[in-house]
Amino acid sequence: MEPADEILELDDEALEIPADPMRLNMGPSHPAMHGTIRMVLDLDGETVMNVDVQPGYLHRGFEKSCERGTWAQVFPYADRLNYVSPMLNNVGFALAVEKLLDIEVPERCQWYRVILGELSRVCDHFTCNGASAMELGAFTPFLWLLKVRDWIWDILEKETGARMTHSFGRIGGMAAPPTDGFKDDVRAIIPEIHKVVGEAEGLLLKNRIFQDRMQGVGILTKERALALGVTGPVLRSTGVAYDVRKDFPYMTYGDVDFDVPVGTDGDNWDRFMVRMEEVRQAVRIIEQALEKMPDEGPVNVDDPRIVLPEKREVYTTIEATIAHFKLVMEGLKCPKGAVYSFTEGGNGELGFYLVSDGSGTPYRCRVRPPCWFNLQAAREMLLGDMIADIIPTFGSVNMIGGECDR
Amino acid sequence: MSKKVVKRLKKELGEKVILETSEFRGDEEVRVPLKKWVEVATFLRDDEKCQMLLCDLTAVDFPEREAEGEPRFEVVLLARSMELKHRVRVVTRVKDGEACPTLCGVWAGANWAEREIWDMFGIRFDGHRDLRRILMYEEFEGFPLRKDYPIDRVQPLVEYRDVDDTLKLPPFGIEEGQPFARIDWEERLAGRDEQVSPSIGLQQGQRRSLSDSDAAEEEARELASKKDEPPAEETAAGA
Repeated sequence: MEPADEILELDDEALEIPADPMRLNMGPSHPAMHGTIRMVLDLDGETVMNVDVQPGYLHRGFEKSCERGTWAQVFPYADRLNYVSPMLNNVGFALAVEKLLDIEVPERCQWYRVILGELSRVCDHFTCNGASAMELGAFTPFLWLLKVRDWIWDILEKETGARMTHSFGRIGGMAAPPTDGFKDDVRAIIPEIHKVVGEAEGLLLKNRIFQDRMQGVGILTKERALALGVTGPVLRSTGVAYDVRKDFPYMTYGDVDFDVPVGTDGDNWDRFMVRMEEVRQAVRIIEQALEKMPDEGPVNVDDPRIVLPEKREVYTTIEATIAHFKLVMEGLKCPKGAVYSFTEGGNGELGFYLVSDGSGTPYRCRVRPPCWFNLQAAREMLLGDMIADIIPTFGSVNMIGGECDR
Repeated sequence: MSKKVVKRLKKELGEKVILETSEFRGDEEVRVPLKKWVEVATFLRDDEKCQMLLCDLTAVDFPEREAEGEPRFEVVLLARSMELKHRVRVVTRVKDGEACPTLCGVWAGANWAEREIWDMFGIRFDGHRDLRRILMYEEFEGFPLRKDYPIDRVQPLVEYRDVDDTLKLPPFGIEEGQPFARIDWEERLAGRDEQVSPSIGLQQGQRRSLSDSDAAEEEARELASKKDEPPAEETAAGA
């Protein structure tokens, strides 16, 4: 039998596969990516040779908008930074202004903030991990996790009146004290969270497809992560045990016992596992906080220059009416100066750099969005991987457009 | 929390570098001259008792300072050490139109932060390889976070971009569809303003990246001037 080459009369050159690189636009609106972002890819076959990540499609001028209202009017904007865990941003901003004012909220409020914040963190990690799994074709764990997220949202709705963007934080306290059944509601949800974490892990971790898509994909080394300013679960997955709650304790985090999970390889798998373990640790914090939170006592600081008077007082006494009017129309006055206050948000160190000129309006309100620095590192995670790996890698970075683009 | 760092900076770098220190609500701040900006950052990173990493880089606009003869902008570096658990804030003052040296060589994470400052305040960064707008679009007029930019300013509508103006490369720009043949990229791109991806660059002995637009332009010009010399294959062999 004759060799195929001779039959086809082909020379070697013609059999070579053309290797022209291809430039591919991914996004800004792409069905497989949760986030409005554009990636310009240079592909060699299916391998990503270079990628230019272009954020900014969700830019709403957060920092500029803050400069024209009062300090209290920032809360609704802060909610919409990381809309998956709004309570963490709310509390983060409240803490920043409280640092500027040099006040501390009562203990009951601090525990209340811790519990609500950790519930938000559970929601955040559930959303991220669930979506990551869904994008790899595992739809059930996504629904499983979101089912419990919805129950957590029921609690938050009962407390704050809104399911997602609560605007519940206030300078010097919270908008309302905990409801009567708050502790019981949270205690009832804790076994459900444990159960669903176990179930989701049971569905995913032994799955060969899931393992192949997550393990060894999207690797970020420790050195690069540190140089790039990465924080949060993405940094911890590389093996650095940096958690603001542990290293620079704020509120009452110093009084609770919890561990900081770290990964070893910094790949998608580690990021997934770190988030799952953080959910368990968050539940541990909630359990301890429920024990320690006093049932009685004030939630807001006792200072009429900072906190709005009660509605009943506003309608019946002239002093409260004036105080209310002044606070709403002029805003509270912060002393002149600049502070940087930071908390552990859903994705890492969420910082507020506030500059006050002594008037009732923020002079500058800079947010240090954890996503911004995490997303910057996404380029290095993606280089050299396949085009299909962009989806799980980008998912595990958990870029939240509202926070990243502000 | 970070008094030690300020003390050490004063001791090691001297008063010529540390112009001013202040403390407010437990936050330490040091002011350094613009010329020593990179030196201070490098010291913070490399010194054993500092071991600082970049936390954030931002800017603040004080237009009224211009009337007093002071530089208008303040560039703020927030540095922290995860190991030693301390933080410090370093600020420097930058005049309008003056360029600030880049910190990209000290911490890679400064890249996007500096792009954002350029985008929002119009402060140039000397030595930054890729100073494009990042949150705003190319055609945006003005710098939104400057105090003299009115919040309700209306931007002009941007005309529909022709394909040539975007950063697209073939096969989308010059020729639609995937060409199933070898393309003489050298010839096709000679004199053009377009960039070549690194994989093509490797094939043809050049090295260009998406982000390196200045270098790409320069090389395109070089290519155009070399157009008469044929040996494209030789450079490929060299790579």
